[in-house]
Amino acid sequence: MSDKTVTLSEERIAYLEGLVRQARTAAAVFTQLTQEDVDRIVKPMVLAGLEQAQYLARLAVEETKIGVMEDKAIKNMVATEFVYNYVRDKRTVGVIREYPERRLVEVAEPIGVIFSLTPITNPTSTVLFKCIMAIKTRNAVIFSPHPSAWRCCFEAVRIMYETAVKHGAPEGVFTCLESHNLEDNKYLMRHRDIGLIDATGGPGAVKAAYSSGKPALGVGAGNTPVYLEKSANLDMAVVDIITSKTFDNGTICASEQTVVIDDEIYDKTLDKFAALGAHICDEKETETLARTVIDPKTGYMQPMAVGQKATNIARFVGINVKPKTKLLVTPIKGVGPEHPLSMEKLFPVLSVYRAKSVDEALKVCVDVNHNGGLGHTAVVFSNNEAVIQKFGDVINAGRIIVNSPGSIGALGGVYNDMVPTFSFGCGTGGGNSTTDNVNVYHYLNIKRVARRTQAHMWFRVPNQIYFNVNATENLRNFPSRSTLIITNPALEAIGHVDIVKRCIPPETPVRVTIIPDAEPDMKIVKQGVEALNFYKADQIIALGGGSVIDAAKIMKLQYEFPDADLEELAAPFLDIRKRVVQYPTEKTNHARLIAISTTSGTGSEVTPFAVMTDKERGFKVTLADYSLTPDVAIVDPQFVMSMPKDLTVDTGVDCLTHALEAGVSVFASPYTDSNAMQAVRMVFKYLPIAYEHPQDEEARSMMHNAACIAAIAFSNASVGVNHALAHAFGARFGVPHGRANALMLPHVIAYNASVPTKFMPSPNQGAYVAHKKYAMMADLLGLGGHTVEEKVANLVKATEQLLDRLGLPKSIAELGISKEEFEKAIPDLAKIAFDDPSWRSNPRMPLVSEIVELFWSAYGGRGTQPTKTETKAKATREMVTV
Amino acid sequence: MTTTAELQKVNGENIAQTLEGIGAKLSGSEGDVVLDFSGVRRIDPAAVSAFEDLAAAADGRAVKIVLQGVNVDVYKVLKLARLTARFTFVN
Repeated sequence: MSDKTVTLSEERIAYLEGLVRQARTAAAVFTQLTQEDVDRIVKPMVLAGLEQAQYLARLAVEETKIGVMEDKAIKNMVATEFVYNYVRDKRTVGVIREYPERRLVEVAEPIGVIFSLTPITNPTSTVLFKCIMAIKTRNAVIFSPHPSAWRCCFEAVRIMYETAVKHGAPEGVFTCLESHNLEDNKYLMRHRDIGLIDATGGPGAVKAAYSSGKPALGVGAGNTPVYLEKSANLDMAVVDIITSKTFDNGTICASEQTVVIDDEIYDKTLDKFAALGAHICDEKETETLARTVIDPKTGYMQPMAVGQKATNIARFVGINVKPKTKLLVTPIKGVGPEHPLSMEKLFPVLSVYRAKSVDEALKVCVDVNHNGGLGHTAVVFSNNEAVIQKFGDVINAGRIIVNSPGSIGALGGVYNDMVPTFSFGCGTGGGNSTTDNVNVYHYLNIKRVARRTQAHMWFRVPNQIYFNVNATENLRNFPSRSTLIITNPALEAIGHVDIVKRCIPPETPVRVTIIPDAEPDMKIVKQGVEALNFYKADQIIALGGGSVIDAAKIMKLQYEFPDADLEELAAPFLDIRKRVVQYPTEKTNHARLIAISTTSGTGSEVTPFAVMTDKERGFKVTLADYSLTPDVAIVDPQFVMSMPKDLTVDTGVDCLTHALEAGVSVFASPYTDSNAMQAVRMVFKYLPIAYEHPQDEEARSMMHNAACIAAIAFSNASVGVNHALAHAFGARFGVPHGRANALMLPHVIAYNASVPTKFMPSPNQGAYVAHKKYAMMADLLGLGGHTVEEKVANLVKATEQLLDRLGLPKSIAELGISKEEFEKAIPDLAKIAFDDPSWRSNPRMPLVSEIVELFWSAYGGRGTQPTKTETKAKATREMVTV
Repeated sequence: MTTTAELQKVNGENIAQTLEGIGAKLSGSEGDVVLDFSGVRRIDPAAVSAFEDLAAAADGRAVKIVLQGVNVDVYKVLKLARLTARFTFVN
């Protein structure tokens, strides 16, 4: 604990350890007191300070020979009454603030023992201030006053201590070092039982505090620039500056140091200073002062001048002034070491600078600010808001005082509504941790009790969904001035477009744009947008599968928002509610989008997604936003009666995967569950029939509805790792999406049903429920089983049987992909699958190694030996059961 | 070696004096001394000092001081005073 560089006698160390032990005990006992206990102690302390304000001020002046007794008495009163006025109603014990809407509560924790250095310039007021803050926050303080202000500080501590203990504070709560030196301070600053160092003093004390390795509030030197701009109320400004700079003979470190005055008012300003008792120094007098009141070696002010009257300083350096001179005004021509009077001067010597322009004035103020005053205080007198704002922008100061005195203004509570203080935080510019006026909250550890919040959820679907045979006839309900049908050549050839046209009100002008039956690209989108613009369409009917409907969604987006940057809109996101890139809202054109699906899988007619390829720039754009959701969806099975078998199977399994993944998604809700479960039930019942009896109208109709219902579920709950695997694998080996999904599906169910290696953060779920959700699905399907494990196993088995019945390949190997080829592809597949956003809503967070295992399981195939994942899952389940 | 367990109730008043008295009786004792603090809501600095002295007294003897029923506020005071390691606590 002790510092090896500190050389203290054993006796001295015992003394210091005794102080710390006493303070530590007091701080510990203090933690038992309530807010009411504390407030009962603070008030009499404040009254005692007020009663003794003049007495302590007199002691301070007598001992330090610095400042003005009357002003120090005022400071003592501000340090008690004004500070009390600020803290009296503040909660500082237990719960101090509550944010019910955020379910957050802030709770105060005392610091413990504070080691506090106090300055020579404001000795007793600083002690009074810190004692009140400490009691209000249930901390103990060991004071180390400036050696030349020890007696008055000791007396201030005594008055505060006796009053505090009398009213219930623990004994030992304040102690004051007896005559001491820097070695004592060093020892205590490094002591393990000191929680915080609060160093108000010169640069040395502050630096020592920050060098100790302890948390510290170090509040030190300033160098306050003042800009006196020509629009200012000059009479007020001059009085304020004199009031401030002569207050306690300029000992407050926020007091004015250099006033930069606009050329137009410079002479008049100096006349006003002179008229109110200032002595305007000539060049020779200024040079004399520069040599004498500033130490030429260090560049800092001479201690003998600090807090002295202007007349005394003048006499000391040999300048003749009138007997009642309040202030020595020294014109300077620059800022920096070669202009010593541009430094901090804690005595009534005020430098002035004539500026030819606002720009020059601001630059000089910046120079003063950076010449020892960073982070502290600055003052501007102006009635020009732009000037005030610019000053605030360019000056680095914790307190920028406007049209009021710097020193008294910075103290807070008198000329403005800042927090009353006797410690000015100077931010990083001043080597401090805060720019605040130090107050009770800096004497507390504030704990946040954060209760679990549920993220806002949603359930968004198209405004209207029409379903069952001949649902297309509902198009009659949508009047339009100009309608554009987007479709593909095959659908036009078999007469589907004509069916749609017949359902549109006869007076509506209808045009048709034919696009290829493939994933849309930018060229196709542009053509569509040109057609929309040319026909001034107010209605788009997308007739087709996922590709056509996706193309129509993007055409509508570009038509309504011509400036929308698709690449930017495709930026990745984790949570759609917090996405960085927002979709536009100010529409140039308006068009209703009616989506009529001609396949039973993607459900694009109700989803907020659209995929396109940008061939020119060589990338795939996946857009996701609820503004992409079609306004009207028509689920008319007459368009799927002739779907080929392969397409029936591929789209049907895609639909099943949507439903299964949405059902166990971390974004699943009761709203999506009802859709997901129903879709699972419908697929298991009707997909085999639609596959084996393509003309079965009921099966076709139910599968068409199932696809839409599953899409509603995953539009609001998203999908999962199965899709991530299928996307990667399908793209690499050219396997249709539904088929790729099928290869992964049983393995993913088993994987998600086992205890995760890594849980996925899911604030909306109270526990891991994926296995139970699968069990619910098994129950819904009537698969039997007594335990959750049995039901999950039955669901896996039933899924395998369904896929077998649909004639889907059992394994990746069965596709003719050699083990060597697959092994070679695995690293890329795993990487791409892991980058795929689909798994972000999966109930298990897949590790890359697990993705690899899943791929190998799919390679090995279903219904044979248990996969590595299944084996591992089984082992894990057994372990958990045991 | 035989051990004994002696139970003493500590009241909320005059805790320091009570602890000092117990410390004084430790000489010649061995085994557990169980102090029931269930009736104590708060402690003051004098009590903390008495705890320190009691711990020091017990250190030199084959005596274990067991504090029973200490409420969490008092426990935290003892924790902050670095005294919890020197006693055994039971609920």
